[in-house]
This record gives sequence, C-alpha cells and structure tokens, in this order.
Amino acid sequence: MLGVHLLTVFLAAILTHNIALTYLLGMCPFISLSRNLRTASGMGFAVIFVITLTAMINWPIYHLILVPTGSEIIYYVVFIIVIAATVQLLEMLMERFFPVLQAAFGIFLPLITVNCTVLAVSLFMVLRDYDYLTTVVFAAGSAAGWTLAIVVVAAINEKLKLVGDVPKGMRGPGIIMVIAGIIALSFLGFSGMVNVS
Amino acid sequence: MSSAAKSPGMKTFLNGIWRDHPIFSMVLGICSALAVSNTVANALAMGAGVTFVLLATGLLISLLRSLIPGRVRMITYMIVIATFVIVVDRSLHALFPDIRQAIGPYVGLIITNCIIMGRAEAFYAQNNVGQSLLDALANGISYTYTLVIIAVVRELLGFGTILGFQVMPDTFVNWVVMAMAPGAFFVLSIFIWVSRSLSKTGGDE
Repeated sequence: MLGVHLLTVFLAAILTHNIALTYLLGMCPFISLSRNLRTASGMGFAVIFVITLTAMINWPIYHLILVPTGSEIIYYVVFIIVIAATVQLLEMLMERFFPVLQAAFGIFLPLITVNCTVLAVSLFMVLRDYDYLTTVVFAAGSAAGWTLAIVVVAAINEKLKLVGDVPKGMRGPGIIMVIAGIIALSFLGFSGMVNVS
Repeated sequence: MSSAAKSPGMKTFLNGIWRDHPIFSMVLGICSALAVSNTVANALAMGAGVTFVLLATGLLISLLRSLIPGRVRMITYMIVIATFVIVVDRSLHALFPDIRQAIGPYVGLIITNCIIMGRAEAFYAQNNVGQSLLDALANGISYTYTLVIIAVVRELLGFGTILGFQVMPDTFVNWVVMAMAPGAFFVLSIFIWVSRSLSKTGGDE
C-alpha cells in the first residue's frame, strides 16, 4: 500500500504534475540552458541531486526545529539559507574529492541556488504536509520531471537549428517557449493517469 | 530628446521600463510571469508584491552596500529578500486571503525571482539610494504591467472575464488551455516575438 502511494506521488511529479510544464517553475535556467543537449542534461543531473538532498535536509529542520519552537513564519529564510549552504558545501566537496564530477557539472552548481524548483519543492512539501518518505520521493520525482522536460526541449531545439528558418525576433527564448508549450500540451494527455493532491 | 530625459535619474527609470525590460528583452523572472498570469487579479497582486520587495531590497542594499563583504554578498541579498517576502506573504494572508490561496507557493518564490537578485547584484550594490529606488520602481512597474498585459489576454480567452467581470458574450466558448500552462508559454512567446522585433535588437542565436 505504501509502495503504491509512493509510486503514485513519483509518477505524478514526473508526468501529470510536472514541475516545469504544469507549475511553470525553474524557467530561467530552462530557457537559457535548453539551447544545447549537453548543458541541459548536465544541469538536469545537478538539479536532481541538489533537490533531493535539500528536501531531505529541509524536512527535519521544518518539522523538528521550526514547528516545535513555533517559528514556522521564518521558513522562507531558513530554507533559502539551507539551499545556498548545501550548494556551497557540495561545490567544495566535489572540488576536493570528485574532480571528474566537478568538471562535468560543477559550473551549474552556483546557478542552482536561484533555480526556483529547489525552493518550490521544499515549499510544496510544507504546503501538502508530506511525511519524510513521501517528501524524498516527491523531490526526486519533481527533479526528474524537470530534467525530462529540459532535455526534451533542448533536443528538439537542437534539431530545429539544423532545419528551421525561425523568424528573427522568435529565435532564442521565443521559440524555446513555443516548443515548451507544445510539450506541455502533450503532457496534458497524461492527466487522469494518476490522481494525487 | 529633452534635457530632462537625459538626466541620470530619468535614464535609469526609462531603461528599467522599456530598454532593459526584464521580461521581454532579458527573459528574467519568467517563472512567475508564466505561472501567475492566468487572471488579472493574481497578476496585480504578484506585481505589487514584487515591486514592494524590489523597493525595500533596493533601499536596504544600497544603504548597506559598503558594509557587505564581497564574499558573502549573495547570501546577504538572499536573506534580505527572503525577509521582505515574508512581509508580503503575511500581508497577503491578512488582506487578500483568496488571492493568497490562488498564488500560494509562488509568493515564496519571489525570493528566487532573478529580477530582484539580478538588480541587487548589478545595480543596488553599486549605486546610491535615490538611483536604486528609481531603478526598483521602474523594474517593479515594468514587471507589473507585463504580467497584467499577459493576464488580460489569458483571462479573456481562458475565462471570458477581466478582473472577474464577464466581458465576452455568452456564446463565447472558454478557451481553457489559455488558463493552463501551455497557454502561458504561447502568449508569452508571442509577446517576446513582438517586443524583440520592435526593439530591433533581434533574437539571439
């Protein structure tokens, strides 16, 4: 039963309630990085890692420290500090111990602090009152969904450059948004597949 | 151009309102522009919130700019911004609970709106209080009017209303997709297309 519930949350986060295509979050890096498939997937994996990690840290902080002390009101400040600190720490750890990983997606880490998906996942976790396990699954699913969306859009955009004759003002952000819109339309087809609040 | 338009204050203001338009020309802060622009009321609330946070952050950062050590400036900006966002969130909660319900998590996400962070880093940290406040006001206004323009189109097509008042005739069939995510993408991309073609800077490769 628990497994079914977790699977539902995971699938919903990827497909029916995709954080990029349904909630329209994380759009700044989405537009600027989806011009090429390699950068898009590099950013995607960094995002999966950071979102899952920060949600795992933010849940205990919110439920074990902020709620008992009655200071829920400052959770925005606390979450954003946790995210910034985690990203900084990861960067230092990677530089020291995993230079290969650092070379692969180290440059994306500083950008993640201002990626609103990271904060959004933590806020949704509070809003929907998820328990710890659900939070972790939801975070991983949301991040995977965001990565799926950016990779698909980047791949289409790359192909478009080979054949397309895009109007001048539409090049860059404009056409990426049209592609994202069409993908979002097609993701509407998943709605009804899983139902989760 | 008159001499008034050339004074630095005026130039800052005009740059913010049209030339360096945050959403159309630099494509910043579009998460909320896309997500909250489904009705005009939501767009107005979000615009007012962002303008308030911009003004407050501009005031505080430009006052403290010589005291903030370079290495920790980003996190300082974030804490300042997050604090003011809490103020916005609580005020909405008390004054407009319906709107707060509708745009819920997106209020918190003003913190990661790149317009505010970007202006703090690029402008408030280097300019005096007066200039920063002007810049904040200009950016806030341009953000708000953009959101409202997009919202007017989407609310009209998606619900047939503007600010909740029925505008379209009864025979109009609501174009529901416009109120959902895909509509946001399409409407914003058309606006970017028009604005980039008009401003002659063109798109980038």
